[in-house]
Amino acid sequence: MRRIVVIGAGPAGMAAASAAALHGVDVVLIDAGAKLGGQYFRQDALAAGDRFTLPRNVEHVASAAVWAIEPVDGGHRVHLRIGPADGPDRRGRAVEARALVLATGAYDRALPFPGWDLPGVFTAGAAQALAKGQGVAVGDRVVVGGTGPFLLPVAASLIGAGARVVEVAEANAAVTGWLGNPVGALAGWSKGGELVRYAGTLARHRVPYRSRSAVIEAHGSDVVESVTVARLDALWNPVQGSERRLEADAVAVGFGFTPQLELALAARCRVEDGFVVVDAAQGTSAPGVFAAGELTGIGGADLAASEGAVAGAAAAKFVGAAVEPPVRAMARVRSGRRFAAALNAAYPVRSGWHDWLRDDTIVCRCEEITKRALYRAVDERDVGGVRSLKLVSGAGLGLCQGRVCGRNVAELAGVDGTGFAKRPIASPIRLAELAEEEPVETPIDAEESGRVLGVEY
Amino acid sequence: MRVRFDGVEVEAQEGQTVAGVLLAKGIRSWRTTRGGDRPRGLFCGIGVCFDCLVSVNGVPDVRACQRVVAEGDEIRTQAGAELPS
Repeated sequence: MRRIVVIGAGPAGMAAASAAALHGVDVVLIDAGAKLGGQYFRQDALAAGDRFTLPRNVEHVASAAVWAIEPVDGGHRVHLRIGPADGPDRRGRAVEARALVLATGAYDRALPFPGWDLPGVFTAGAAQALAKGQGVAVGDRVVVGGTGPFLLPVAASLIGAGARVVEVAEANAAVTGWLGNPVGALAGWSKGGELVRYAGTLARHRVPYRSRSAVIEAHGSDVVESVTVARLDALWNPVQGSERRLEADAVAVGFGFTPQLELALAARCRVEDGFVVVDAAQGTSAPGVFAAGELTGIGGADLAASEGAVAGAAAAKFVGAAVEPPVRAMARVRSGRRFAAALNAAYPVRSGWHDWLRDDTIVCRCEEITKRALYRAVDERDVGGVRSLKLVSGAGLGLCQGRVCGRNVAELAGVDGTGFAKRPIASPIRLAELAEEEPVETPIDAEESGRVLGVEY
Repeated sequence: MRVRFDGVEVEAQEGQTVAGVLLAKGIRSWRTTRGGDRPRGLFCGIGVCFDCLVSVNGVPDVRACQRVVAEGDEIRTQAGAELPS
């Protein structure tokens, strides 16, 4: 049986599943959400039905947590828990396949600042997910901050959900500068028009958009009551005397994105500079494992879908389908990557944020580790990498397993943070679930095991 | 449908998450931390940060942003580290 497994049903995963299915391969498409679309195409959870349809030979496994990937002879075994999130009644399932497409996406990077642990401080992605998926604004008066074009749709969604957006604080140069230069950096990016529309929404609602500014503190005893916004210099150090206090009951911050690497690391894919390394067919260093979307570099939904189409075709070819090189999708990937590189260069994270923190500012939210405790641990003990950093400081040892704090504490401590994404249990499961035996489907044919194949165009 | 939050009956809709129900009611926080006893609620909204933990039907440490409500769910605030009841 020709079958592949695709993990993640966002733009990349849906495109991969469709591409493989159109080549006659059965696809098991696994996703944590109840509906297709992932974060970018998040659907209204309160509406009936699903706005996406996939080919008939795609089995969409919704509400599923992939908690482990295990190499087996000739392929990989993917372990799932399916059902109400984190509940005790989830059903176990294990699927084996010779080819796997990882399209696990990314989540917002949040930088710490005094008061960021107060209820009322959210990631930009949270504000977006709650507005689009649940029809709820995270606050009545919201300050949006961080860096990158994503802040615009977040502000627009908040307005759409009934919030007043008090201000948008962009830490780098204004995204609107890009909008004025369509033949330059924006060339070839179809989302340019979308950004213009968001900018129009902000202008209509008279939302101030300030560049080189950031929320450097949130105030309140048990919930956000106000925030301090400051102007930043080129290295993101707050400009003395530029601080302004704004009344707000919520803050939504996002400083770019962090890829969800744990499954790629479990499948032993090579990772460089924080992203999965892929070839022209989206093949990783692990035979039979393909990666698409934000895992391979932050580039947005269009690039993710193009990479997904290439990865799905390659995975189909890997399991024996007759596949011609998807040259058009491959060309879109190349131009998309050029654009993504320019975009990422325009919205870097500068080290000045280190000085937003005070001694008692929490850097690891789960374990409540302060900056002072982190620095003391690093100063007193020999920290050579992520493992020792976690053990001496406690940062990254909590339930989120360093997903939120990892990059930040690694940067503060001066070590490479990739190791934070090594999570043998990719998603927390309960001990009873771990103990439960799960049915394993379609064990890989013994004849096929041991064959090392690659896809080359 | 109806669910209960700390014993009080709350109206909810098909497809809403626990976080969606609570935020729509203006509730911003539903657990306290183990160390500093500080209030926490939703943060990342997409299942990554594990800040929005809540107890559902006697089972603690359920991510409120991921859990879709079902008729009659007993949702409770969580204080520090709790064991399943």
